[in-house]
Amino acid sequence: MTATHDDGTTARARGEGPGTPGFLSRLMPRGAVWLAAPAVLVLVAVLAYPLAIVVWRSVSDPALGVDNYVWFFRSAVNRTVLLRTFTVSAWVTLACLVCAYPYAYAMTIVGRNLRLVLILCVLVPFWLSGVVRTLAWVILLQDSGVINSILRGIGLPPVKLIRTLPGVVIGMTQVLLPFMILPIYAVMKGIDNRLLQAARSLGAKPWKAFLQIYVPLSLPGVYAGAIIVFILSLGFYITPALLGGPRSILLSSLVQNQVLSLLNWGRGGAMGVVLLVATFLLLAIAAPLMRQKHSAARREA
Amino acid sequence: MPSFPRILLGLFCLLVAILLLAPTLVVIPMSFNENKSLAFPPVGFSWQWYENFFSNPDWTTSFVNSLIVATIVAVLATVLGTLAAFGVTRAAARTGGLLRALLITPMVVPGVVLAIGIYAVYLDAHLVGTVTGFVLAHTMLAIPFVLIAVQASLEVFDRRLETAAASLGAGRLTVFRTVTLPLILPGLLSGALFAFITSFDEVIVALFITSPYLKTLPVQIYASITRDADPTVAAVGTLLFLATSLIIIAGLLIGMRRGRT
Repeated sequence: MTATHDDGTTARARGEGPGTPGFLSRLMPRGAVWLAAPAVLVLVAVLAYPLAIVVWRSVSDPALGVDNYVWFFRSAVNRTVLLRTFTVSAWVTLACLVCAYPYAYAMTIVGRNLRLVLILCVLVPFWLSGVVRTLAWVILLQDSGVINSILRGIGLPPVKLIRTLPGVVIGMTQVLLPFMILPIYAVMKGIDNRLLQAARSLGAKPWKAFLQIYVPLSLPGVYAGAIIVFILSLGFYITPALLGGPRSILLSSLVQNQVLSLLNWGRGGAMGVVLLVATFLLLAIAAPLMRQKHSAARREA
Repeated sequence: MPSFPRILLGLFCLLVAILLLAPTLVVIPMSFNENKSLAFPPVGFSWQWYENFFSNPDWTTSFVNSLIVATIVAVLATVLGTLAAFGVTRAAARTGGLLRALLITPMVVPGVVLAIGIYAVYLDAHLVGTVTGFVLAHTMLAIPFVLIAVQASLEVFDRRLETAAASLGAGRLTVFRTVTLPLILPGLLSGALFAFITSFDEVIVALFITSPYLKTLPVQIYASITRDADPTVAAVGTLLFLATSLIIIAGLLIGMRRGRT
């Protein structure tokens, strides 16, 4: 009954057009919001509730209190792994940015057919299973792998790549690169190239026009890409687990080890919460930055 | 004649394109290896690993499981995600924004943290190693992709078309079926495809909630990589690479044709 009533009012409110003040149009959004209820329900059941359990276990298993967190931050090993996780994420983000920025720029200036090829090169790895791409890196980096057989072929000594930190960074960079290219390209696509011509016609040198006009306008995409890659790196599991070794272990593997191998839900949970808090802190810091820059870019454009 | 910076840019992009695509191509020669080894270079030529993939029950059942789960997830996530997209787009701006932020959080929560939480809940609810368990978790992970895809087509959708149809006497359901749905169909279909792939590729949560009786393909691949050097994984990787490439090429071509007309 209420549903049909709501439907009637929304239809009439729409008929009145947007911006009509009054009782009826105020009823409308309330009706529409309910459409999201089933999705929110799933989210509560398999996202919010499980995360709440993780947080709860971190402060209650084995005893109520913050012992697990004290243990985490007291242990030198854990601090090393935490620092390593952030360092690796920073390197991966930087490497992705260096590769992605020129690539995304090229995507905006080439002709249509070449652009399709460039997009294809991004989308195939973007949608191909991460496990398969990591398998490829195992084949490439292993001691009897592609890189080492090439080195042997030209008479150079083999290098240890698999189960080392550089190996992990290389693999993660390749796996995460599309996540950097796509947001940067999305923003660059919207930049009006006539702005550059205008700057040049007013006497600016090409590189100066690029740095002073184009780069600032592309920053929202750079921020978005950087934050996505950094956050995904922090929580990355498969690639570091398969390419890394005991000396290049990252936080995610530590969490997995505590829970599945040691059955220590409290400590595993505490590590998980640290990872979660770090992720959301970063998002909270970056979100306003992205939004502000974004609207600024729009105004200038 | 292109300028020097342009040539430099072109060379650099060629390198990046190689970095993006070439490493994955290495699975193709490995899949035809005659020896049971992933060592490079492969020896000889044989189809045995493809035969193994299609005949070994470990591989076939996990592949079928993945297909079943991903299909249900695609349907479920598309329905829920589309409804949510309507809710987000047609709610008041602030409510809609909040709702959207909430619904796309699965994309940023670290996989392992989510996985241990879901594992804990499933242990209590006896959902470990069940299709229901996989479907629920993957639907949650897939909803953001559907939401984003459908919302994008709803934002360019002219709502006056609905009003026009309604003013000509069409009922609410008829308006949806004959006006709204056909116009948002491309977004809806790409959302469904995203949802399918998300579930089909998902591995972290799957590794935790899997059981010896219910494994999905990524779990089987992961286990195979860590356990032995079985080139069957290379054969699977090759097949997945070909399937993904074909889907994307088809998508790009359809998009291009639509853009032209």
